[in-house]
Amino acid sequence: MDSFTVLAGVAAPLMRANIDTDTIIRIERMTGTTPEQMAPWAFESLRFQADGAEDPGFVLNQAPFREAPILLAGDNFGCGSSREGAVWALKYSGMRCVIAPSFGDIFYGSCFQNGLLPVVLPAAQVERLAEQCAGGNARVTVDLRQQVVVSPHGERMPFAIEAIRREALLEGLDDIGLTLKQDEAIAAFQARDRVARPWVWQPGQ
Amino acid sequence: MPGRTLFDKIWDTHVVADLGEGWALLHIDRHLLHDLSGGRALNDIARRGLPVRNPELAFATPDHAVSSAPGRTAASFKPGEALHNELQRRSAETGITFFDLGQDGQGIVHVMGPELGIVLPGVTLICGDSHTCTNGGLGALAFGVGSSELTHALATQTLRQRRPKRMRVRFEGACGPGVGPKDLILHLIGKLGANAGTGYAVEYAGSAVRALSIEGRLTLCNLSIELGAKMGLIAPDDTTYEYLAGRRYAPKGAAFDRAVEAWRGLPTDPDAVFDREERVDAAAVAPTVTWGTSPEHAIAVDGIIPDPADAADPERRAAGLAALRYMGLEPGRPIAGTPIDWVFNGSCTNSRLSDLRDAAGVVRGRRVAEGVTAWVVPGSERVRRDAEAEGLDRVFRDAGFAWREAGCSMCVAANGERVPPGARSVSTSNRNFVGRQGPGARTHLASPMMAAAAAVTGTITDVRRL
Repeated sequence: MDSFTVLAGVAAPLMRANIDTDTIIRIERMTGTTPEQMAPWAFESLRFQADGAEDPGFVLNQAPFREAPILLAGDNFGCGSSREGAVWALKYSGMRCVIAPSFGDIFYGSCFQNGLLPVVLPAAQVERLAEQCAGGNARVTVDLRQQVVVSPHGERMPFAIEAIRREALLEGLDDIGLTLKQDEAIAAFQARDRVARPWVWQPGQ
Repeated sequence: MPGRTLFDKIWDTHVVADLGEGWALLHIDRHLLHDLSGGRALNDIARRGLPVRNPELAFATPDHAVSSAPGRTAASFKPGEALHNELQRRSAETGITFFDLGQDGQGIVHVMGPELGIVLPGVTLICGDSHTCTNGGLGALAFGVGSSELTHALATQTLRQRRPKRMRVRFEGACGPGVGPKDLILHLIGKLGANAGTGYAVEYAGSAVRALSIEGRLTLCNLSIELGAKMGLIAPDDTTYEYLAGRRYAPKGAAFDRAVEAWRGLPTDPDAVFDREERVDAAAVAPTVTWGTSPEHAIAVDGIIPDPADAADPERRAAGLAALRYMGLEPGRPIAGTPIDWVFNGSCTNSRLSDLRDAAGVVRGRRVAEGVTAWVVPGSERVRRDAEAEGLDRVFRDAGFAWREAGCSMCVAANGERVPPGARSVSTSNRNFVGRQGPGARTHLASPMMAAAAAVTGTITDVRRL
């Protein structure tokens, strides 16, 4: 997995509550495509008008924000469907960090599986970032080592993140690799559990 | 020792290793796999050269990307055919039980799992689908995961999980006529917001929940994710054990008795403490319908479309105004009487036999209104057969509904089945997101009875007035 340490760049404000994963990537775009191929379809319903032309009013269609590596969003970003394609579409569009007051639980977890950093900041701070970034030329710095976001005006906004997730992201660790090292503990658990709860282990018997 | 909640008891039983800071390596007892994410995960694990650790605990069926057209085959929806074949082939290679189209067992994963007795009280269950929380209706700790976690669980039979906070919602009292579990949960989401459950496992309790059938409990738990909670669950009781007895994959004989004895210890202890408690007076809940593009945009059917300009929070105001534009509605008007074009009866929320009976009860002796296209998509092959055995298909067909084959169909629109752009649908599904039922489609979420009422009147209608 890609590691994440410090990121500095343009932040695109998409300040609307409850942006769901259907909005981030439509389900049809996930059939017969690789994760890399999903990027052009990120935010399809917001990005394109009914005739297929780009909507110039949508922030990610505006020049300074097209390549933005940071997204600023409202409450509950990534709510809804568990589709990891939502993370892939952002990642392969060049995004590495989303800053919002809250995230959908499953989306939040999937970000860490793909080297994306979801940062939770209070709504007032995200709104300040959005105001300062509105022109498109301002840069935001996200420092995972120091757990701080630095606004274009130099305001330092510390954020919380669990150590286990921070470590994995800093090091680019693979969860499956880590867990496979616990194989003995898993085998021991299963041996005990087969005795304690036999009905779990023999479906239909 | 302080009392423990239902959630705590299940969690504690499944900790393989404590990872610190509230994290645990958690054992996963059951997987459900479907065509959209299952084949991809099985390919991923093969690419990594890893075996499926416990294929005997996994069950697969195609549901998302299959046609629901009568007489369909895997090839009926071309883009889904490869997904179906991949899931079938990989399941066979790895020893996972696969229920194919036309077989008893095929259906929406969260309909199939309970009806076959795959889902049991006290188990941990995952699926690459956010509505996995549905299965909490049987007292399981069930939650949706993304592709990476699905692969992780197939390879290791565990997941690295952070212990969530605990919320309890008590629905007390009796539901009024025309009101059921779908109304209770939409009402709750409208009241608390679509992110109220974020970071929580939500237990539903109270006399109104005890009175629900298992199918009703599955509906209630299904929308936990629309409240923001990836886990929703209900303590098992005699209703649960009666439901499970004799089901194909439920324990049998002495094993069943032994399991029930253990399950009786699962309900939350009287002195257990939750991080958050909410209470809803079930008798005060009206038939509920959504007006916007988030499940939190829910109001009583006899209510007025709210003005988002009144919202205090600027992001909610922006979202509400965009929702009204998308839905083509004006604030300050009654939602009832809004003309509709489509009705969809189906999805993992409301496609079980009791849902179809509820809808048929409203439809019997009436006709689908002119200009309305109405579909019934049973949740599973078993539901379809049972409904046909009691003549429900005739009731729907005689009234002008299309009677279709089991699958996710128009709830997810990953199968070519869509509400046309700009058309307004009353749907028994779970998401009214922009484009969820097809680009430009306008979705109003409601119960099976309310959807049936809309179908026969051609407008959003208070079912209590029929």
